[in-house]
Amino acid sequence: MATLREVKKRIKTVESTQRITKAMEMVAAAQLRRAQQRVEQARPYAAKLDEMLSHLASGSTGEIIHPYFEERPVEKKTLVISASDRGLCGSFNANVIRTAFKWLRENKGTDVEIVTIGKKANDIFKRREWPIVGHWADWGGMLDYDKAREVVAFLTDRFISGETDQIDLIFTRFISTVKYRIVVEKYLPIARPEVEDDSDVHREYIFEPNPEMIYSALMPGYATTKMVTALVESFASEHGSRMIAMGNATNNAGDMMKSLTLDYNKARQGQITKELLEIVSGAEALKG
Amino acid sequence: MAAFKLSIVTPEKVFYEAEVESLTVPGSEGYLGILAHHAPLITAIKPGKIEFRDTEDQIHQLAVSGGFLEVSGNLATILADAAEDVDEIDIERARAAYEREKNRLISAGKEETDIDLPTVRAAIERAANRIRIYEETH
Repeated sequence: MATLREVKKRIKTVESTQRITKAMEMVAAAQLRRAQQRVEQARPYAAKLDEMLSHLASGSTGEIIHPYFEERPVEKKTLVISASDRGLCGSFNANVIRTAFKWLRENKGTDVEIVTIGKKANDIFKRREWPIVGHWADWGGMLDYDKAREVVAFLTDRFISGETDQIDLIFTRFISTVKYRIVVEKYLPIARPEVEDDSDVHREYIFEPNPEMIYSALMPGYATTKMVTALVESFASEHGSRMIAMGNATNNAGDMMKSLTLDYNKARQGQITKELLEIVSGAEALKG
Repeated sequence: MAAFKLSIVTPEKVFYEAEVESLTVPGSEGYLGILAHHAPLITAIKPGKIEFRDTEDQIHQLAVSGGFLEVSGNLATILADAAEDVDEIDIERARAAYEREKNRLISAGKEETDIDLPTVRAAIERAANRIRIYEETH
């Protein structure tokens, strides 16, 4: 059995660790609340935008002419991986990266380049065979609109200039605090919106000034919204995951402290017993 | 008067969602008025003033920084880049933004900078729009 002092030292260590994990849990909870709010606020806009695009497609006759829709034979693909900047968020990053590697295995034949969002994704992929062409880190667990726009501008430029033929995006969709789903989504070219053939929906739309102008005004916003939605969902998932991981760590530290305290008390009792025995036997010896 | 449903959605929130009787928006080709049972329409919106009358005859005015309007089946949807009620306009901020962007434009005329002219012009237009609407209504 460990000595009294050793056990006491360990209890102190566990205690201070627990204090840290508890603080982190609380910070993550606060950030989660904010991030969750953002997710909920961003969703209606994204949904309406989808709807409008679909109406635009079904209401206008003729081909959609916008570079974001252009489907080319895919010779080069870009994979955008959205992970977190900081660790200690459970299996969040591991799950994202596992999905990324799965994607990479599936696309072995094609020329692939990588864009990373978040430090952790960059750490994993910087020493690998695939080139990282873009990297955005230090988000601080929050959406930075200007930074998101930079990412979008970078990706759309790359797509339009023909440097890449398809851009896929790996991010985590936030479902609840304890649940998120990793999603692989095609970012560009944008899938042609479903034309609603329903005679009820199919209306003769008036376009001011004309469909082409509306497309060219709508599509950049659409691309940005898609990225922003993906990012806010990822951040919310990250905070949720961290909160759960830190909550578990705090509980584990509590359990550990309980068993260590038991050990400590046992050791203390053992020592008292020993001392008593010494005194008693000493007194016996004096009696002669 | 017949009413129709209006929803104004910005990337930050659902700004407004209720029945209204009439609506005026700054379309890309000029201001246009919408009443109930309007023909299906999709248009881009310029920075300007959105005005609508709700079913209690209350007139609402907001500054909008651009976006899109879709009217179909007695439902008008406005996807706005940003919208604020005239009473919520932060006039100091708008003025500051106006000055800042104007100076950028002036400096861009003097020397080579890497600013994106359309972006700066759009920012000036947004700020000017807020100032104009604020001064109109206050």
